[in-house]
Amino acid sequence: MSTTTRADGVLDGFDPEIASRLVTRRDAIAKGAVTSGLVMAGLRIGTVPAALAALSTSAFGQGRLPTVVNGILNFALVLEYLEAEFYNRGIAAPNLIPAADRNIFLTIQGHENTHVDYLKNTLGASARPKPTFDYSYGNGSGTGPFADVFTNYTTFKAVAQAFEDTGVRAYKGQAPSLMPYKDVLQAALTIHSVEARHAAEVRRLRGNFADNEPNQGWITRAITDIPGTEAVYAGEDNLIQGGIDITTITTVASKELTEAFDEPLTMAQVLAIVDPFIV
Amino acid sequence: MTSPLHTSENRLASDGDSVSMARRNFLRTAGLAGAAIAFAGCSGTTTELTAPVRSGSPTGAVVGPNGAITLDFSSDIDVLNYAYALEQLEAAFYVTAASNAAFTSIFAANEQRVLLDIRDHEVAHRDFFGAALGTAKIPNLTPAFGAISFADRTSVLQTARTFEDLGVSAYNGAARFLTDAGYLGLAGKIVSVEARHAAAIRDLLNTRSGDFAPNAFDAGNTPQFVLAAADPFIVESITVINA
Repeated sequence: MSTTTRADGVLDGFDPEIASRLVTRRDAIAKGAVTSGLVMAGLRIGTVPAALAALSTSAFGQGRLPTVVNGILNFALVLEYLEAEFYNRGIAAPNLIPAADRNIFLTIQGHENTHVDYLKNTLGASARPKPTFDYSYGNGSGTGPFADVFTNYTTFKAVAQAFEDTGVRAYKGQAPSLMPYKDVLQAALTIHSVEARHAAEVRRLRGNFADNEPNQGWITRAITDIPGTEAVYAGEDNLIQGGIDITTITTVASKELTEAFDEPLTMAQVLAIVDPFIV
Repeated sequence: MTSPLHTSENRLASDGDSVSMARRNFLRTAGLAGAAIAFAGCSGTTTELTAPVRSGSPTGAVVGPNGAITLDFSSDIDVLNYAYALEQLEAAFYVTAASNAAFTSIFAANEQRVLLDIRDHEVAHRDFFGAALGTAKIPNLTPAFGAISFADRTSVLQTARTFEDLGVSAYNGAARFLTDAGYLGLAGKIVSVEARHAAAIRDLLNTRSGDFAPNAFDAGNTPQFVLAAADPFIVESITVINA
């Protein structure tokens, strides 16, 4: 698949230029375990931005994010750039979003731009620049399957759903790697759950809030009604959790069991999915 | 692919001479030696998949004679028990709401679908944690729902909103205490579903508004904060230490 090469190219951009000044892994873990009062104050009141800002300066020192954190936050930044510009363009497009639905997308637009801002602030000079996007999913051709995304509201909503569900899986997949860095982990999780709220809302909106399958807030099996997004939902029909076949330990039906657990994607899987959006 | 969780479960469930140093270390931090408590008949239809913990081995939460529960967050087991407690609360709430005689009259058909799905998801989460924790699980909790008017749409939905938002913030805030990457991965699989619930419930309360996601960053609340908020809805007292 040609996307593999391109995905690797995107990954190349994540390599920090400040490797020689990075703290050692052991130091980073030790420092990650020490939670400064400022960080905790930010977390308690839910102001993760303050916590993130405090992280980059106090926990690790300016410009000294550990390599793994740098890579994951830059990965997240690419996805947030992708989402933010998508909603910015959608909101600006004339006659695209009906007035009745505008508050939904204004809310999401605001959040994604906020996520971009704070990831950039946290990464500082290590933040990768915003790529050029092709929202037609055409690798820069502008003629991909979603070519009418900013003139056809149905397409716009479908792409929004794919972005949000992908974002949820992307953050989820990185959480274990952030484990040694407790404050970064918590910050990422507080974004992760907001992406899930977005996903649920867009999914229900696509069904005009009738809540009929598959246009519900949650993902049933690996089902998608959006052609070309099969990879976004691959594996969501998993019924083995923590080594347990969950169909054997409850009376809940398998359909609802697949809905009850969202599944992660690896960084490579996510980059392969979004690659045709990146010029 | 063998998940770290699977590995840990195998460690917990393994026996005797094959116990590795890793397992010894895990158990030393995971539990409270010699605190075995019998909870006969408390597991309902749940089948325990982990082997019984041997006498004298760590068993997780300490339960006092009055039913008071102490969760030790230096143990992954008790962080999972914390999640199990919250899932018990949520499951009991939706089961009660859906079985109320007024359920089909106070909620439109699409709203019933939402609430019944959420009920099933919470029951699934509860049963999963019960099975995964096996003999280390805390007892069944007793709900205290006297303040909720289950025949009143707004009362049910506002309580649901409280529980879902609280659940999201609880997972977000508890992740930092987990030491096993597999357990963290599992918590991540569940918390985003709780967030989907929160968005849907909030939308039922205020449709097509921005209320489904009130902030760009969700809260990550401490277990102390969450347990204080949940306390009015649970008969048993739950205390957390080492968090």
